[in-house]
Amino acid sequence: MTEIRGFYTLWLREVKRYLRDRVRIVSSFVQPLLWLVIFGTGIGFSLQNLKVSFQQYIFPGIIGQTLLFTSMFMGISVIWDREFGFLKEILVAPISGISIFLGKMFGDSTDAVIQGVLIFFLGLLLGIRLTAVMFLEMLPIMLLTTFGLVSLGLTIASFIENLESFGAIQSFVNLPLFFLSGALFPVNGVYAVSVPNWLRIVSNFNPLTYSVDALRTIVLGGAWRPVYPFYFDLLVICGFDICMIIIGTISFNRRK
Amino acid sequence: MGNTSWWRLVSLFHYSVASTEKFNLRKIFTSLLYCEVDFEMTDAIETIDLTKQFNGLTAVDKLNIKVEQGEVFGLLGPNGAGKTTTISMLCTILRPTSGTAKVNGYDVVKNANQVRKSIGIVFQDPSIDDRLTGRENLRMHADLYGVPPSEQNAKIDQVLKLVELEARANDIMRTYSGGMRRRLEIARGLIHYPKVLFLDEPTIGLDPQTREHIWSYIQELKHTHEITMVLTTHYMEEADKLSDRVGIIDYGKIIALDTPSKLKEALQGDVVIIKTGEPEKLSAVIAKDLNIQGARVSEGSLELTVPRGKVLLPKIVDVATRHGIAVDAVSVREPSLEDVFIHFTGREIRVEGGSELHGLAAIRRRAIK
Repeated sequence: MTEIRGFYTLWLREVKRYLRDRVRIVSSFVQPLLWLVIFGTGIGFSLQNLKVSFQQYIFPGIIGQTLLFTSMFMGISVIWDREFGFLKEILVAPISGISIFLGKMFGDSTDAVIQGVLIFFLGLLLGIRLTAVMFLEMLPIMLLTTFGLVSLGLTIASFIENLESFGAIQSFVNLPLFFLSGALFPVNGVYAVSVPNWLRIVSNFNPLTYSVDALRTIVLGGAWRPVYPFYFDLLVICGFDICMIIIGTISFNRRK
Repeated sequence: MGNTSWWRLVSLFHYSVASTEKFNLRKIFTSLLYCEVDFEMTDAIETIDLTKQFNGLTAVDKLNIKVEQGEVFGLLGPNGAGKTTTISMLCTILRPTSGTAKVNGYDVVKNANQVRKSIGIVFQDPSIDDRLTGRENLRMHADLYGVPPSEQNAKIDQVLKLVELEARANDIMRTYSGGMRRRLEIARGLIHYPKVLFLDEPTIGLDPQTREHIWSYIQELKHTHEITMVLTTHYMEEADKLSDRVGIIDYGKIIALDTPSKLKEALQGDVVIIKTGEPEKLSAVIAKDLNIQGARVSEGSLELTVPRGKVLLPKIVDVATRHGIAVDAVSVREPSLEDVFIHFTGREIRVEGGSELHGLAAIRRRAIK
């Protein structure tokens, strides 16, 4: 019971902190908006052979990007907690390291999914064809995607000593994962006609590839041929989640 | 039985008077009876050769201390003496390199979780969530420490009242001053009914007025709660004012341990300060004519620790006059813990870092090393 309350209170903390940061919520619309409106429209004119609009095509990718960036940011923000001393309060609490990790992770995941949902509605406003059924199908995929990514962020954060490395994560982790996921252009599958082999191979090792593929399968439906079968995407995402949660729990709870 | 039961009697008496309860004989009798049965009452804290090394550097060196239940134990020493490292090991944040310690009868290595449940900690560096309100911070703590939800509201109100923060309880922490944050942290440390409360430099970086304020809360706590407190500080005054016993720690070792008054008595004397333009010369003269060694010379003054300073003072002035040394001013005072520290270590307590840091530098300090 103590464990569950501990888990709940840590989850609540993350969500409250997130919802109180209005500036960040508003500013987080800017990037997806730029990608969808400017990049989407511009590139759309030069790529005419898709059955759907280019905006429609990259929309699942932009959801994936939002999940990736938010999850990593939330996960890595534990460095702030450590820097400002708050982490100590949690780490000395008499609840298990697993509950601490899961509480924090679920909280951050919740925030990232809220962010994803907001982008979903932004898509509706921009005239992308979306339905309520799609929304309900995307929700569990979004949640599963964030579990692994937040855990990755928390793992990285537990090995980083200072705040200065924060920016490096953007260059070394976020952008490569984003560009190699097929979010903006096909990197694998039947549409990736003239994509070099190395790109195909590397993209296979990117967990986000499978999330974007699954989200795209939902949003584009029959108008598109998925890279992998839907069940396979799901399997890889779940596998990644489990691995990262185990690695994250261990690295997060190292005691000196 | 022994000392512990007497302590209990005294503390209970104190408790019933302080909490304006009626002096309750039956309660005291039962308490005595309880002690009769409970022969093996354990110390609140016992360390056994507790040692911590960082990359070959010994921060805490085979520490052996016992803290009785209900006492306020002060750990006094300069920055870097090993105070926080000691506390961190007792709070199970750091794992001892060798040796161990028992807190409330639980081993800090083997029963870390039991230890954690039974202690409260006020860290040296701020550790509250600045985006939550005071009440939310307290509730989170209560949840983490398994305080039943039905008791939480009452307990939170109680501790808020103790530190006089009821009016600000629903404000976001960011709007709190440094002293208010500290008070909230002390309140937080008490929510889960801890048997031992650790206070690591509770007033570091606070202005003198706020410091006095915090002291009065700690003193009130001593009288109203049955709780053992371990306090670290590098402020002599603080250790003197709050502690029942003080352990002086330097380079990871306890070099003296007793009540503040006994420590001062150990110096066997008063501190005599003579202001003069020729302190070296006066020192030599005093050593020769009055046979008093160990005068401490500093810029424009001379300091001696001697028995019966008031009687000796005229003699010193007399000797000085005979040798043509002009004495500008004289004073005699009772020894402070500062003098005790100098006596045992041969140097002044190093004052550095900590309180002088502001802004981002202060924030940077807060990281767990």
